[in-house]
Amino acid sequence: MRQVKPQVGGEEAERFTLGFITRILVTIVLDAAAIWFVSRLITNEDYVLAAALSIVAIIISIIMLRHKAYPLRWMSIGIFFMFMFSIYPILFTVYVAFTNFGDGHLLDKDQAITQIRRVRYVPEGGTSFTWTAFRALDGDQNEFGEYALWLKDREGVGYLALPGQPLQRLGPGEGLAGEFDRNGIPLEIAGYERLNAITLAASGADAELREIVFGSDTDGVQIASAQTASQNKARYLYDPAADTFTDQQTGDIYTAVDGTYVTADGLKRLTPGFQSFVGLDNFRRFFQSPALRGPLLRIILWNFAFAFLSVVTTFALGLTIAYIYNDPAFPGKKIIQSFLIIPYTIPSLITILIWRGLMNPEVGIINVTLRNLIGSAPDWFNNATWAKVAILLVNLWLGYPYFMLICSGALQAIPKDIYQAAEVDGANAWQRFQKITLPLLLVAVGPLLVASFTFNFNNFNLIFLFIQGGPPIAGATTRAGHTDILISYVYNLAFAGGRGFDYGLASAVTILIFFIVATITLFQFRFTKMWEEVSENV
Amino acid sequence: MSNFIPPKETGFRALRNIRRSQSQQKRLSIIIRWIIALFLMFFAVFPVIWIVSASFNPADTLATQRLIPRNAGLDNYRELLSSPVFPYLKWVGNSIKISGITTLLSLSITTLAAYAFSRFRFTGRVNLLKAILLIQVFPTLLAIVAVFLMISQIGDVIPRLGLNSHAGLIMVYLGGAMGVNIWLMKGFFDTIPREIDESAMVDGATHWQIFTLLLLPLMRPILIVIGILSFIGTYGDFILARVLLKSTEQYTVMVGLQIFTSGQFSQRWGQFTAGALIAALPIMIVYLALQDKIVGGLTQGSVKG
Repeated sequence: MRQVKPQVGGEEAERFTLGFITRILVTIVLDAAAIWFVSRLITNEDYVLAAALSIVAIIISIIMLRHKAYPLRWMSIGIFFMFMFSIYPILFTVYVAFTNFGDGHLLDKDQAITQIRRVRYVPEGGTSFTWTAFRALDGDQNEFGEYALWLKDREGVGYLALPGQPLQRLGPGEGLAGEFDRNGIPLEIAGYERLNAITLAASGADAELREIVFGSDTDGVQIASAQTASQNKARYLYDPAADTFTDQQTGDIYTAVDGTYVTADGLKRLTPGFQSFVGLDNFRRFFQSPALRGPLLRIILWNFAFAFLSVVTTFALGLTIAYIYNDPAFPGKKIIQSFLIIPYTIPSLITILIWRGLMNPEVGIINVTLRNLIGSAPDWFNNATWAKVAILLVNLWLGYPYFMLICSGALQAIPKDIYQAAEVDGANAWQRFQKITLPLLLVAVGPLLVASFTFNFNNFNLIFLFIQGGPPIAGATTRAGHTDILISYVYNLAFAGGRGFDYGLASAVTILIFFIVATITLFQFRFTKMWEEVSENV
Repeated sequence: MSNFIPPKETGFRALRNIRRSQSQQKRLSIIIRWIIALFLMFFAVFPVIWIVSASFNPADTLATQRLIPRNAGLDNYRELLSSPVFPYLKWVGNSIKISGITTLLSLSITTLAAYAFSRFRFTGRVNLLKAILLIQVFPTLLAIVAVFLMISQIGDVIPRLGLNSHAGLIMVYLGGAMGVNIWLMKGFFDTIPREIDESAMVDGATHWQIFTLLLLPLMRPILIVIGILSFIGTYGDFILARVLLKSTEQYTVMVGLQIFTSGQFSQRWGQFTAGALIAALPIMIVYLALQDKIVGGLTQGSVKG
């Protein structure tokens, strides 16, 4: 404590009191919880999150135990949440942007290899059998698995087939088999009970049974129909040393390239793929794939235009209103303000959805009225240009009250004598506005204009809720619409499905947005000297 | 006007005329400005009036709506609140629960941290404050894929903190607690003179006692305003809740309202408007009641940038 506030005495003695012991105990409990959680994450193979949590746990422990870190103890909970739910997601996004994480690449490599090895084929001239199922008396505790099959080939020779074991050719009473019935099937197998084909089908267990490969891994038997089981083999043989798969049927060799096993000519690929680093591939795809580049360029252009026009229109209207009613003596000023800020008071999601109803091209009140008045009405939802106009109109309605409030505050702060002096000099109203009001106002409101620009640049709610980015851009390989902005495009890539999830590409676009927003913000800091101000004020 | 010099004999009369015409001009300008105001007010309020009317219209569809509904009644509200498909009251309850818990926890986090930033001098203090400001530049929305994956991984270990749980959503909201509000709150702590705590310290009070017994009561008004604003912010959030909550039972009211609009939106217009009004009215009233405080906060923001 003394290093922190020299004038505080007497607390040194508290170091080994109740408070100190409680702190140690709390730290131990927290760390134990963290260790348990991390170990579970490692079992689940979520290594990145496990690493992040470990780091945060260490930081928190240091804060709790080090005497010097006393002030940080006050914000330890906040620091924990900030690290885990603000910083980690940002870093993770950067990481994912360099991988192919997404549909078909959700598994890690070992899981993908296991799945590919499970693929089987029926070799030419393979034997087929009739089958009878047996279930182990000790259920799935049995060392060979829950089920066994008795197979009979065309010559009537009987085999016992257990998962993972080679077929055993058995006569009556040999090995595990008991006496045969008149169809040549054992009445009993030691440790197993015989299953009736009809009850088996009725219980639904036959679906489970069809999945099981009996016999050894490379040369097994699998149930093909209600009567027959056929010999099959693992189709792809994995060579761990070369990291290749060999197709047993065709002889093709598959090697791992960017998270997928493909043949040398690149024409055939195995599914599923796995997660792997692809370097700058996601970014390169913007520039090289025309089907991706076209829509993305349009989206970026519209994104800037949308943010810019939104700021200009809302600011212009807000300022106009504030300027008209800037007179403190204006009767009913308060009532007018209360009414005009109503759009600002409703949660924006609700107003956006309301406008979606009002602007419905067929039955919405706006188009019904327009049709009655002038005989035709724009198709707000399906025409790309009108959809953009509609979005700007709705955003104008949503956004002007904010600037109205800001501007009326800022206008009152401008000293009145400047205007009187200008009036004496013969400046007319427009000149006074243009030469005095606007420059002074822009100094005060400038940072907020930039902030409003960055807000609108990522105004996901409006685009997504009003029109879901539509109408769609023809010929795009990913889901993209004429009114989509980058952030709603990212959402489509990651969550909207339909054409598959592509977290890697989504994260790459996110990083693009990061850079744009960061550049604008840095510019704002520079422009407004806010950083220096911040540094002085702390 | 300043160049105009009235002839001596008619001076008083001219002056009176000018005054009269000035006051007439002023009255005219007020009338014109009021006409413009009425026009603007109509546009500001029209959507609200329109949905109020729709919510009382027994015909549930968008196409059959008229401004003064025939056979006005509470049918839509009754249907909405008793619908087996959309547990609307549950959604409202979920929203209040989530926003309430988030607000309380994030207020605690923010005040504790702001106190430390205001009252202690320690190495890395300025850099930490700046870092907090910088992190806010990246909205959580951008990292939503990562947040989604992370919460689903946490849920594999503890399902009650994972996807489709309110606790998971609240944790993500708390990630933003150390945000801009810290700067605001620290500013308010700075306005309370340090002599107050120093004299208490002489009397043997600990930092914790000073914080809880002395400073928190002084901060109560601003805490309430920040709390209400944070509540409204969380209440209105849509996208995080949409991505993290999966089952109808768990939805917040905002996610629920959006679900209404999917599919046959224009056929459920009446019920949607009833729900929208229920969800929006409390917030509107709070905003209008706190108008001056909020405007004060906004303009303060403009001064601070």
